[in-house]
Amino acid sequence: MWQLLVVAAFAQSAHDAVADVALGKRIFDSQCTVCHGQGGTGGRGPALTKPLLPKAPDDGALRKVIAMGLPPEMPGSWQLSVREVASVAGYVRSLGSVKPEPLPGDAGRGFALFKTTGCSGCHLVNGVGTAVGPDLSAIGARRNAAFLKRAMVEPSKDLPDGYLLVNLITAEGKVARGVVAAEDPFSIQIRYVSNGNYESFRKSGLKEIQRQPGESTMPAYGNLPAGQVDDLVAYLASLRGDSK
Amino acid sequence: MKVLAIGLLLVAVLAAQVPYERIVAAEKEPGNWLTYSGNYQGHRYSPLSQLTPANVGGLKVRWAKQFTMGRTQVSPIVVDGIMYITAPNRAEALDLRSGNTLWKWERPIPRDYQSIGFGQVNRGPAILDDKLYVATLDCYLVALDAKTGQQRWAVKVEDYKPGYSMTLAPLAIKGKVIVGVSGGEAGIRGFVDAYDAATGKLAWRFYTIPGPGEPGHETWAGDSWKTGAGSSWVTGSYDAELNLVYWGIGNPGPDWNGDSRKGDNLYSCSFVALDGDTGKLKWHFQFTPHDTHDWDSTHVPVLLDAEVRGKKRKLVVNPNRNAFYYALDRVTGEFVAGREYAKQTWAKGLDDKGRPVPVPGMEPNAEGVLVWPALNGATVWFSPSYSPRTGLLYVMTRESGATYYKREAEYKPGTFFAGGGETRIPEREQWGALRALEATSGKKVWEFRLQSPPWAGVLSTAGGLVFSGTNEGNIFAVDAKTGQPLWDFQAGGMVAANPISFLVDGKQHVALAAERVLYVFGLP
Repeated sequence: MWQLLVVAAFAQSAHDAVADVALGKRIFDSQCTVCHGQGGTGGRGPALTKPLLPKAPDDGALRKVIAMGLPPEMPGSWQLSVREVASVAGYVRSLGSVKPEPLPGDAGRGFALFKTTGCSGCHLVNGVGTAVGPDLSAIGARRNAAFLKRAMVEPSKDLPDGYLLVNLITAEGKVARGVVAAEDPFSIQIRYVSNGNYESFRKSGLKEIQRQPGESTMPAYGNLPAGQVDDLVAYLASLRGDSK
Repeated sequence: MKVLAIGLLLVAVLAAQVPYERIVAAEKEPGNWLTYSGNYQGHRYSPLSQLTPANVGGLKVRWAKQFTMGRTQVSPIVVDGIMYITAPNRAEALDLRSGNTLWKWERPIPRDYQSIGFGQVNRGPAILDDKLYVATLDCYLVALDAKTGQQRWAVKVEDYKPGYSMTLAPLAIKGKVIVGVSGGEAGIRGFVDAYDAATGKLAWRFYTIPGPGEPGHETWAGDSWKTGAGSSWVTGSYDAELNLVYWGIGNPGPDWNGDSRKGDNLYSCSFVALDGDTGKLKWHFQFTPHDTHDWDSTHVPVLLDAEVRGKKRKLVVNPNRNAFYYALDRVTGEFVAGREYAKQTWAKGLDDKGRPVPVPGMEPNAEGVLVWPALNGATVWFSPSYSPRTGLLYVMTRESGATYYKREAEYKPGTFFAGGGETRIPEREQWGALRALEATSGKKVWEFRLQSPPWAGVLSTAGGLVFSGTNEGNIFAVDAKTGQPLWDFQAGGMVAANPISFLVDGKQHVALAAERVLYVFGLP
């Protein structure tokens, strides 16, 4: 019965409720971090630090998920008022995206540089380019300018998940070098950087697995003129995943 | 009256499929798996020896059982050609040869039921005489007719609305069925209950948090004991000779904010030894006094007899969530040995009574403090295994740290009462291992390295094998003496369950679930 009441109350005033992000954070810290981790970094429950939440694509859906829960794992929150639910939703939304910041570069010039300096030879933006490195269509919503700059100048500093380079030495002494695509205690699958092809190995047939955590397949762009780096950063920061 | 009583007794004996005497002598019928851990001692060890390092490479899937709800953590019971399995508020009997369903039972989960701080799972049933016992999410203990699945009785253990729930396999001993509760993140007051196996009448209740006037009550400041948690959500063990029930107790609440509950917070994060007839506390041992990292001691206590420093000892041992290994005297609770078995940064070590010597500044605070292990600990609810053949204790070990935060905690019945949380270190810095430890001391003998912190239990066998599973979906066997990998199978989903072994038509099989599928393996 109370669920029906919650739904009714929710439907009535959900859209009128104003989110107080600070209040939302306080509630999140005491009620949600058990599963979603401090700052929504994830744990038993999924990480919430991403611009698009698959089960809560818009604010209305997010408020509903918070109020009603997601059976069987996520409990609802009948104890929260509509305003509190809206506040938690506001806080969760703030976790997923980097706020736009004023930047010295020019995004338009950055767009041109993106094509001429080779970036699109490895990255997709809105479906255009080559799919070797991470898709950058929403990178500006996930990463701030300082991170983007560092990733360009020192790409091996913050290697994205799924891009660990490895040298596999086979029993015959052959070397296979690629990015780790999958791995379990018994086998490893790599993707060759040169052609994107995959190869699978049994670990029992390998002499050695040399992991290269400090290396990136991406060349460093530290030698670009500073102005061009700023322009590229401005362009990347403008990519917020809002192109349909 | 006397004649009638004798008559009733005769009927009872004739109808009995699995009398207590069979379970207590489980090692005499290794073809069955009669209780959660395979025997009362919590060994999860199979005396079967048909599968060996020489032939285990030929294991194949014989049949599989798909579950309709989420990832299963079930540890089945196998009796006389039938396998009994459970899912939340469900039970089924399967034909052991084919996997076909012989009967099924279901109890609706109330619409307003909520799991607060844990997954909706069930870890297995218990069997005694002619009944199968199932603990439900909405906190009922249900007795089913083992032949048909029809309900004999159902008793309310507690009200689920403030957060009580049950996910464990009950422990059936002589004439009694014992259960414990989940709810450690909801500010419950935990307990261990024993019910009359025939009628469902409550036989005794042991509160894991002593009430006013009881010894240990002084270890809780003010009224904090009322919402102090101390859940009991993993199946215990039983020493039939001593008539003692051993049970692991969960974290104190609120989990990460200990300000309101100054003191040791007995009997949270402890093992308790309870009289099987009365539930009276014989002894307790607290692993983590005044815990603020959610390190439940809800583990299967492992009972074994061994010589320590030239003296025969009756031991209960435990690789604990707090990353220390303990061997205790199970008659008295006296600390015998202990040592670190996984990375930890919160204690300098154990003193000569087994009490940890804390490193200052490792309690959660507002800014966050990095501590190993992470809140899921160096191991969690999944079972270790003890092989009397090798004298080794096998445990799936998690190597992970986290930044712990302290936040406000306000008690509202039926909501989270946790007071903080954690941010785990990056995934690529976490790992795991299947470790073989000297059972009397916890000293590492070998390890088999895993990609990530595991969620699977362990089975060891008289054939010299150790079985378990990985997060990446492998179900595997290694050599019990060396840890050398011998066989692996990609099951297609994360393994978060406990393995068992049994005979089908005289041939040894192994069962272990991955994600929503229970696999049964045998040699073709």
